[in-house]
Amino acid sequence: MILQTRFPSLTMLAEVNPLEYSGPAWSPYLVGALIGVLSMLTFYFSNKPLGASTAYARVAGMLGNLAAPRHTQRLKYFQDNPPKVGWEVMLVLGVILGAFLAAWSGNEWTGRLLPLMWQDRFGADSGLLRVIVAFGGGVLMAFGARMAGGCTSGHGISGTLQLAVGSWIAAICFFIGGIATAMLMYAV
Amino acid sequence: MSTTTEKPSDTPATDTTAHDTTTPHAENDHNKQPKPLPAAHRSLALGVLFGFVFGFLLQKGGVAKFHVLIGQLLLEDFTVVKVMLSAVVVGMLGIHAMHRAKMVEFHIKPTRLASNVIGGLLFGCGFALSAYCPGTGAAALGQGNFDAIAMVVGMVAGSYVFAEASGWISRHLDPIGDKGKLTLFDLFPQSRTAVTLSSASLLVIVLIVLELTTTR
Repeated sequence: MILQTRFPSLTMLAEVNPLEYSGPAWSPYLVGALIGVLSMLTFYFSNKPLGASTAYARVAGMLGNLAAPRHTQRLKYFQDNPPKVGWEVMLVLGVILGAFLAAWSGNEWTGRLLPLMWQDRFGADSGLLRVIVAFGGGVLMAFGARMAGGCTSGHGISGTLQLAVGSWIAAICFFIGGIATAMLMYAV
Repeated sequence: MSTTTEKPSDTPATDTTAHDTTTPHAENDHNKQPKPLPAAHRSLALGVLFGFVFGFLLQKGGVAKFHVLIGQLLLEDFTVVKVMLSAVVVGMLGIHAMHRAKMVEFHIKPTRLASNVIGGLLFGCGFALSAYCPGTGAAALGQGNFDAIAMVVGMVAGSYVFAEASGWISRHLDPIGDKGKLTLFDLFPQSRTAVTLSSASLLVIVLIVLELTTTR
């Protein structure tokens, strides 16, 4: 009773169904096939596999070089991977721009802090909670991706398509960890 | 005539340009091949171009949407897996064929069982919390999901935290189950083409089953 009155949001989480919200604009098979072609192009023209998470580590290293250069240069990861604006950082900047054009051309610009499904689940006043959870998710993802050696694109697409065993293991673990956490957050 | 005075012969001209540009770049260039300066600009320009196409496709594929990613993790909406497996099938066949034609090199990441599994599970947990992954989060930001800014800042912070721990992890966790750059080709060494074709066929069967059994 006390718990219910003090934390009403804990006991009154609304049930949500992700299928009630808008789906993809294009066929997922077409989009996937085109991403497959894109990965062929990056291998051929840039001699690099598609991968997004490295860019964030590059930025982290560059900020570290500004704030605490001597300490940053002592860290093993940055010694092995010197931070700089390279292909990877430009790739992620390009992703932001490309998604903007896609959303604008398809009338899907959202322009909001709270995703609709989150808002229906956790309430319209859950902005701070969303920021904290998204930040924490980012921290865990970056740590996990660096430890596993890649993210959903680096392992999940580029690694698996080269039939790398570690990439398949990592990609399956991404989904095991993700499914368990999402079930706790949205299906309980 | 003027061209001959500028470039007396081919060999010394290329030599000097190579010397001018390799020295400052040799230390931090990852590709180990000496690249002249215009090539570095070309690499950055290609990065933006490929990223632009990638972001456009991610948004059109719906995988920048919060509820599509959470729907996948709740096993209600299979868009993410459909996009990923289609990309893997096409890329697997295409890159295998290009590799056979000696047009591309493979970029295999090492199999390190402990780091792959623990890192993978941590990543998955963060994936569900933020509802974006590093690539689709950037796409979500581009489509106007401002909560993705918090994810981006978290990614940068988490990368630095990892760097702090990277010495310890490389000494204590990476060696556990370290199999090197292991691929299915090492496990089934008979025929690379047969392994590629059967893997791609298996994934196509999974896609067909998904198309027949899922609503989205």
